[in-house]
Amino acid sequence: MTAIQERPAAEIGQERRRKEDQRLITGRTRWTDNLTLPGMLHLAMVRSPFAHARIVSIDVSEARTAPNVVDVLTGADLGESQGVNINAWPITPDQVAPVHLPMPSDRVAFAGEVVAVVVARSAAEARDAAELVDVDYEELPAALDLKEAAAATDQEGVLAHPDLGTNRSAFWKFDSAEAGTGGDVDEAIQQARADGIVIEREYRQQRLIPAFMEPRSVVVDPTGEQLTMWSATQVPHILRFALAATTGVPESKIRVIAPDVGGGFGGKLQTTPEEWITWAVARRIGKPVKYTETRSESLVSGHHGRDQWQKLTLAAEKDGTVTGLKVELLADMGAYVSLVGGGVPVLGAFMFNAIYKFPSYQFNCQTVLTNKTWTDAYRGAGRPEATFAIERLMDELAAEVGVDPLAIREKNWIRHEEFPFTTVAGLEYDSGNYEAATARAKELFGYDELRAEQQARRASGDRVQLGIGVSTFTEMCGLAPSRVLGQLDYGAGGWEHASVRMLATGKVEVVTGASAHGQGHETAFSQIVADRLGVAFEDVEVLHGDTQISHKGLDTYGSRSLVVGGEALVRAADKVIERARPIAAHMLEASVDDLEFSGGRFAVRGTDQGVAIGEVATAVFAAHDLPDGVEPSIDSEATYDPVNFNFPHGTHLCAMEVDTETGELKMRKYVCVDDIGTIINPLIVAGQVHGGLVQGIAQALWEEAVHDESGTLVSGSFVDYLLPTAADTISFEIDHTTSPATTNSLGTKGVGEAGTIASTPAVVNAVVDAVRHLGVHDIQMPCTPERVWRAVNGAGSGGSTEGAAMPHFGDQEAAGNQEQPGTASTEGAGA
Amino acid sequence: MIPAAFDYLAPSTVEEALRALAEHGDEAKLMAGGQSLLPVLRMRLNAPELVIDLGRIDSLRGVRDDGDAVVVGAMTQHSVVGSDPLVAQHAALVSKAIEHLADAQVRHRGTFGGALAHADPAGDLGAPVLALGAELVVAGPGGTRTVPAQEFFVDLFETAIGDDEVLVEVRIPKHTGWGARYEKFVRVAHQWPIVAVAAAVRTEGGTIAEARIGLTNMGSTPLRAHAVEAALVGRPATEDGVREAAALAAEGANPPSDLNGDADYRRHLATVLTRRAVLAAAQG
Repeated sequence: MTAIQERPAAEIGQERRRKEDQRLITGRTRWTDNLTLPGMLHLAMVRSPFAHARIVSIDVSEARTAPNVVDVLTGADLGESQGVNINAWPITPDQVAPVHLPMPSDRVAFAGEVVAVVVARSAAEARDAAELVDVDYEELPAALDLKEAAAATDQEGVLAHPDLGTNRSAFWKFDSAEAGTGGDVDEAIQQARADGIVIEREYRQQRLIPAFMEPRSVVVDPTGEQLTMWSATQVPHILRFALAATTGVPESKIRVIAPDVGGGFGGKLQTTPEEWITWAVARRIGKPVKYTETRSESLVSGHHGRDQWQKLTLAAEKDGTVTGLKVELLADMGAYVSLVGGGVPVLGAFMFNAIYKFPSYQFNCQTVLTNKTWTDAYRGAGRPEATFAIERLMDELAAEVGVDPLAIREKNWIRHEEFPFTTVAGLEYDSGNYEAATARAKELFGYDELRAEQQARRASGDRVQLGIGVSTFTEMCGLAPSRVLGQLDYGAGGWEHASVRMLATGKVEVVTGASAHGQGHETAFSQIVADRLGVAFEDVEVLHGDTQISHKGLDTYGSRSLVVGGEALVRAADKVIERARPIAAHMLEASVDDLEFSGGRFAVRGTDQGVAIGEVATAVFAAHDLPDGVEPSIDSEATYDPVNFNFPHGTHLCAMEVDTETGELKMRKYVCVDDIGTIINPLIVAGQVHGGLVQGIAQALWEEAVHDESGTLVSGSFVDYLLPTAADTISFEIDHTTSPATTNSLGTKGVGEAGTIASTPAVVNAVVDAVRHLGVHDIQMPCTPERVWRAVNGAGSGGSTEGAAMPHFGDQEAAGNQEQPGTASTEGAGA
Repeated sequence: MIPAAFDYLAPSTVEEALRALAEHGDEAKLMAGGQSLLPVLRMRLNAPELVIDLGRIDSLRGVRDDGDAVVVGAMTQHSVVGSDPLVAQHAALVSKAIEHLADAQVRHRGTFGGALAHADPAGDLGAPVLALGAELVVAGPGGTRTVPAQEFFVDLFETAIGDDEVLVEVRIPKHTGWGARYEKFVRVAHQWPIVAVAAAVRTEGGTIAEARIGLTNMGSTPLRAHAVEAALVGRPATEDGVREAAALAAEGANPPSDLNGDADYRRHLATVLTRRAVLAAAQG
């Protein structure tokens, strides 16, 4: 109770190496597929090769007699016991959505849908037997093209689900005049047509695949009092709720564990048919069961992302002052409206106006059903689409007015002294400083020098032209105020829960409802608690992802863990201090009012008397001498519901060299200055920014999920779905300005999605900027060399790219492979 | 990604491998590094009853000097061939192509002969081997025979190797003192080329004396650009000097259309890359 060892300097802001990395990187840890339970059986799925077909019959007799096969089950066998995959966000009351059975028995609606499951003693035997299941399909016409599907009716065109009578799932609209947040956009456009500038564009958000590192895996153990599911998921709590809601098992009998999870990017923000089938099989057979997908299965059946057409109309005065923005989206849901699939474009609804002071705004979104893999959240979810659209448009406006793209932005953005600022979409931005981030980014980039070089290359007609791309993005994250989610018809809240347990030995256990899958929660949350409670970083243990330990939570997505979960944690830690205070006073024989808490120690003001919080914890454990009426516990918990979203922003600048002879692109420089408020761990932030940038750049340049005319995923392996590696990227220069968030105690803002949201338009703007003087004003993503070359050389050329994926392994015909590569069709460049 | 069950044999001599081939015929598949075969098996695109792994036949490994040729054992890994000083000195075009072949893991597992026998027209070794006029030595039940490179590549994934034969070595005529360049056009680094051009050039005082040009992924087999080669002779090694000849690069080629490019784009690329490859080879 006397001298206490000095604690190191503040943890917040330290570049701590991540405590979880050694086990995650070496794989000597609890990935779901690493789990082996006594008597465990293995599953293999039989999947439809057709995008749309009636299931005439399924003959499982041969598979059933294969070695060590325990059972082969179809949708008909499982019946109602398989439950249903839910849509938690019906965006309108009249949303049209097909029932999503984990394993349909009559009709498949996308290529990759599960029609039967084999249960065997080993994974290899299950796979072997799956080849023996004979399914007789009657192929139906498939609705594949988004625009055609949107236009189809029960009279004409192809319906993804004929019984629904339409492919149009829901129409969602926001209008600033109706909402009272701004003027009438049609009037603004009309005015601009008369005496201003109207920019009209149509942009394509290609279909992407999240491509997380760890394929999805699920283990179900039905042998205890509780049924336990381990799953490689981002959302163990939502998963537990959905299992209870749809399979008739009481929530109290379900334990869900997300052990170490190897990435998600939104791709594991889902409740999947494979989880439901594994659950049903384990319950039916009464033994532990495991299913781990192959990479090929993952690419075809894990949900996809983006896939929108964006029709945009921007109105401005002649000097470039924006007056209105109208957005008309078509969003491809794929075959089913998945967990939050319909809500993804709606998350973008509030972000098209971005950092600019639009006096009028209208957002229209039509969600559409097709016979392709269903879509849902992918890193950024709605905001990358919005940011891409507005940042591309601002470049187009700058070109029209004839000024620098940064000048047109500065003319229209919210000035730092105008915060807090209520936008035309009705959001209140609490803090930001676009001027400061932009000034720093220009300096790091050498903006003026690169512009001069660009001019010189243009003047000399250099074969290699230089483009400079700008993206001054903001986003809304920290999902989300529950009241707002309720107004948007989302099926849950947006709060987060945390508890802090003070152990007898002075160690601290922190339980969070946010479920990490690679973000570094264990390290960052330890830093926060170490500072808050004045304990050593190493003495804090962060527990998460098991509903029996972390009984309450809403998991990890939407850059919410730190700004929502972190705030819950701060509040729980503060409650620990308040609970400890009277006990410390008792131990020190002092008045509560005379104590001050700092550096982990309660001290009697004006004396050298004090007691560490760990000592209080020990005293509470013994409970030999506590004040009368005081409960022997200082453990505390908090549930925090955010009052607002969180608005990180930043200025991203990209320099791109374009070889006009071949269309080859070579990134020269990438600078970003992000304002993410207070930074807990700069190393983790740098990792999030770097990874986010690469993922956004990949949308701009490389990635696209392409289906052929029959609905087969042509880019069904990493041979054709081009994920970049370190060899394809450059060294990024990142820095930060700081405008602390005013809506949480630490002033933090989310950073998990920022890089992805910001970088895509910066890159495409750079590509277009390099060749704009050659008459090009758009190149469709991904900006392949061929599209760039066609845009430069075949002015006006649509340049459609048609062809199959190229076989590289031969023997494709040899083994009766059902998924023959077919003809692919993607849209091309428009000059 | 679990292959169907198969038997596995790892002979230690070519003779043993040939005997196994003779015995099992169509039901056997040779594995020479496995960088293409294993994905095929894992994706269940093929299900042979027997896999004969050539990886333990030591005599098929290594690079040696044989007078006017450099001889590469069929089971020599790309990484070994790529860093071999004999190859660098006498067949620099091969070294340069290997620098860009797939990724480091594949270069350490995949083999020179395995890649050639697989005969993917997008593979990086066909064009240089063809351009340099290599000979491929094939062992069969009746002894060995030598197949010139221009007769070796028959069609997509099809070579002159018989069902009962094994590729044992590749004899590359020495091109000592020739400049070489492998121009490979890709979207991401580890990809098969959309198009690539292999060029070896001998110059005399700034004039091109001889040129050998191979094209990757411009048809169902690697191609030799004879028209370009002929047109280059006697031309100055300058951009203007080479341009006209390089424009002939796509003549007679029948390139594919796929996700990464249409045939007409590939034709265009072939001419540009040929010009660049020849110039770089002439200057290097």
